[in-house]
Amino acid sequence: MMTSIDFLSWVRGPVFIMATAIFVFGISLRLLEIVSLRRKPDYSAPRGSRMVGGMRTLFSRSMYDKSTFQRSAFTIVAGYIFHLGLFIVTFLSVPHILLFRELFGFDWFGLPTILIDAVTVITLLAMLVLLIHRLKNPVRRFLSTFENYVVWTVTFLPLLTGYMAYHHSVFPYPLMLGLHILSVEILMVVFPFTQLMHTFTLFMARWHTGANAGHRGIQV
Amino acid sequence: MSKPQSIAERLSNQGFNRRDFLKFCGITATVMGLPPAVIPQIANALEKTPRQSVIWLSFQECTGCTASLTRAHAPTLERLIFDHISLDIHHTLQAASGEAAEQIRKQAMKDNQGNYLLIVEGSIPIGNPGYSTIAGMSNKDMLMEVAKDAKAIIAVGTCAAYGGIPHAYPNPTGAVSVEELITNKPIVNIPGCPPIPVAIAGVIAHTVTFGTLPELDSLKRPVTFFGQNIHDRCYRRPFYDKGLFAESFDDEGAKKGWCLYKLGCKGPVTSNTCATEKWNAGVSFPIESGHGCLGCSEPNFWDAGSFYKALSVPTGDFAQTAGYALAAGAAVGVATGLLNKKKKGDAAKNHETVTINDLDRKQQ
Amino acid sequence: MSAATFERGYKAFKEQIDAPIAAYFSSCVSCGMCAEACLFFTETGDPKYTPIYKLEPLRKVWEQEYTLWGRLKALLGISKKLTDDELAEWQELIYGSCTMCGRCTMVCPVGNDLVYMIRKAREGMAAAGHAPPDIIVGTQRAITIGSATGVGLPTLQAQIRRIERETGMKIPMDVQGVEYMALLSSMEIMSFPEYLEALAKIMKYAGKTWTLSSEGFEATNAGVQIGVSEIAKELVMRIVKAAEKLQVKTVISPECGHAYGAIRWEGPNLIGRPFTFRVQHILEVLDEWREQGKLKTEGFEKARLTFHDPCQSVRRGGVIEQPRNLLKMVASHFVEMEDHGKMNWCCTGGGGVGAIEEAHELRTKAFNRKKTQLDALKVDKLVTSCANCRLVLEDGLEAYEMEMPVMGLTEMIAEHLKEEGEMEKDKGLYRFSEN
Repeated sequence: MMTSIDFLSWVRGPVFIMATAIFVFGISLRLLEIVSLRRKPDYSAPRGSRMVGGMRTLFSRSMYDKSTFQRSAFTIVAGYIFHLGLFIVTFLSVPHILLFRELFGFDWFGLPTILIDAVTVITLLAMLVLLIHRLKNPVRRFLSTFENYVVWTVTFLPLLTGYMAYHHSVFPYPLMLGLHILSVEILMVVFPFTQLMHTFTLFMARWHTGANAGHRGIQV
Repeated sequence: MSKPQSIAERLSNQGFNRRDFLKFCGITATVMGLPPAVIPQIANALEKTPRQSVIWLSFQECTGCTASLTRAHAPTLERLIFDHISLDIHHTLQAASGEAAEQIRKQAMKDNQGNYLLIVEGSIPIGNPGYSTIAGMSNKDMLMEVAKDAKAIIAVGTCAAYGGIPHAYPNPTGAVSVEELITNKPIVNIPGCPPIPVAIAGVIAHTVTFGTLPELDSLKRPVTFFGQNIHDRCYRRPFYDKGLFAESFDDEGAKKGWCLYKLGCKGPVTSNTCATEKWNAGVSFPIESGHGCLGCSEPNFWDAGSFYKALSVPTGDFAQTAGYALAAGAAVGVATGLLNKKKKGDAAKNHETVTINDLDRKQQ
Repeated sequence: MSAATFERGYKAFKEQIDAPIAAYFSSCVSCGMCAEACLFFTETGDPKYTPIYKLEPLRKVWEQEYTLWGRLKALLGISKKLTDDELAEWQELIYGSCTMCGRCTMVCPVGNDLVYMIRKAREGMAAAGHAPPDIIVGTQRAITIGSATGVGLPTLQAQIRRIERETGMKIPMDVQGVEYMALLSSMEIMSFPEYLEALAKIMKYAGKTWTLSSEGFEATNAGVQIGVSEIAKELVMRIVKAAEKLQVKTVISPECGHAYGAIRWEGPNLIGRPFTFRVQHILEVLDEWREQGKLKTEGFEKARLTFHDPCQSVRRGGVIEQPRNLLKMVASHFVEMEDHGKMNWCCTGGGGVGAIEEAHELRTKAFNRKKTQLDALKVDKLVTSCANCRLVLEDGLEAYEMEMPVMGLTEMIAEHLKEEGEMEKDKGLYRFSEN
């Protein structure tokens, strides 16, 4: 019989290794797939710097002009809360930092658990609200494919199980912790083959757009 | 053997008065997590019930569990209970040996057929039974024989409950727990390496008092003692919530008594009562002494990763795996990159010039 | 003779996909923000006009041809292959409801350049024979006659003669060794010859030597519009050859934003080498002279007016401050629209949409965006710097029964030139006549 501790050991051990392997393999494959498609050189006389433009757009796309903000206020605000929350919970929670320390060999400051807990709740709510928006908003519903909902689910579950583990909801902590880790592993496996890749590729996308505009002397 | 006496009779023979007896009942109730209202019921039961016959078998074990129970300083509950059960046979403690000892066991089984409690300490080697035998009999055979007529079985210690250290990888003896062999008897697991004495005593007291086994969880552990994890009851918990951690065993945080999570404490996944009952007559428990919980009362705790790695850190060498995966991903990525380049190149090479006569479908 | 086939189109899609395209498609999370930046969506509320959705055919090719995962999905039948019917259905989305204005590119949070993608998608569509008939005809005219609207050299010559007769100014043609070679958009030749007149006036005023070329005067590029690089290249080569033959230093793109992008940014890439001459937008030239003090104006437009930014010269072209600097010289009541400059809203007729008959109704509906912008400002006059925008704006204003004159910025500057500048006149003209 597999006890919850056995389950926890299993997801902390072999499953995590497998998930890491698929995650890292998939990402390096996907990034190389993109880069290897290359792009043609631009022969037009530059008016500005590709480098400056590219660097600029890496950041500028996180800010919005007034009219765009007004038109998409909901998506922007909820999206911001969700992404920031996810970042804080993922990278500033002490147990997570220990995991990264194991991989990278260095660590950074973590936030008190109570704060992480609060941020998790906010992030979960933001995600729920974004899901409702995806289902209700004509454009988002129209654009959404099965993949969008898969991606939402595999992102939502680690947050939810993490929250439940901390609060010992439904199952005892060891089992819930195991489920939490498993849900992250599912996320890792799904990651390279879905839109979740935008985490990395958005920098490439912003760079290309910014560099092209920079070349033309436009700040985008 | 003399006629079984009730606990009350024994107590009064030993010079305890009624007041002491009720106090004892009160402690029993508290330990079992029962309301004060049941104290009279406990008193009543103990006054009338004859002493419970107990057979204690020791298999692949280190005697730590017995030591845990007997080291208790008088006059504790466990001591009282220990004095007031009829421990008919205990492999480690009894004076008799050899054939005589076996005779005693058989006699006790016969006298209390269907009524005795069987306490097992240690795991049972079934891979190679030769690793542990008693009087030429394998542990498994003895367990099956004694269990047959037992009222209930209490597996004391992690070895009996889950296989324990003998069961740890690569498990050379093929050690298994009691419940892996016995499926037709009520079993109570009291894991721990060793288990907390009060838990052993409390379960026996409950069995004697109510004639039934206490409420158990899915791992057959008494909920009273194993219903909560160490972490939730730990006096260092506030530091965890505040994010204050000892980074090493001798840093400022360690001296200030901060949370030991980062040093590998398994308190969050360990269900036990150490943080409240404590050890050595309530003096301390591992975390209070400055070391993280090893999770010794959990199944397979020995194989659940390093004692000194935080719970959130994967147990395997995933950094190395990541390295290999990166290399493999890069290799396949380069390969697909080349394929893509060829595909795109072919499309370009076979490009048919589009003139103004090629813009629509009909032949111009 | 060959004909367009689905296979040719599919091959063209494959050829077009590059690293930016792959990064863009990998990054989209279907947030839908691009819809809110597209006036075909904002004014109709129909989600099919969401910019990224218009790129679905290109996305399919990318996923199924250039990703391991996508190839697997196609192999297992999880994703469906691109079909010819799909391309036919997408014609309306890739041509009829995308002006390539690039406003979506400005708001995409992951930074996708959707116009870059549309431009490439059109290559596949055109090769597959799914370009709209109106655009095909225009492209054929550009090659055979000289421009998409059917305006050729004889028309230009007729206009030149008329201007020379009416103003007494000389419009130089095929003059070698001059500093500037000016290009024109056929719409300017046909509908707004004032531009050419203004240009001649300003050149004379600034004392610059310039010429037109009878072999390469048309600046618009139907090949870029329809998405056929070979045709676009042929059209660009006309200009390159003319400029190199006449040994000019600078080629001046007319106001038309599309023309500017086609020659300034796409041109060298179409021919596969840098130009040997400089390309400047007319407003860049004028602003440069303003800065150098060579352009002095007098008097102000009294009307309350605003400026419509042509997407291709502003957002996609980088000529943003120049029109404002120039307008401030001659307009005392210049006000900006709420979304202006890089964030302007398209006139609804760019990217070839203005030429597609079938798109007319939708375009008129979408013009409501511009109307809303103009209504908010309560202006009496609209200035722009693109012949195509100007035609579309006039059309839209008429459809919404709005009385508002639309003016070209270059003409406005020409009208306000300060008198003493005339001194330069003789010197300049004299030099021309010597050549």
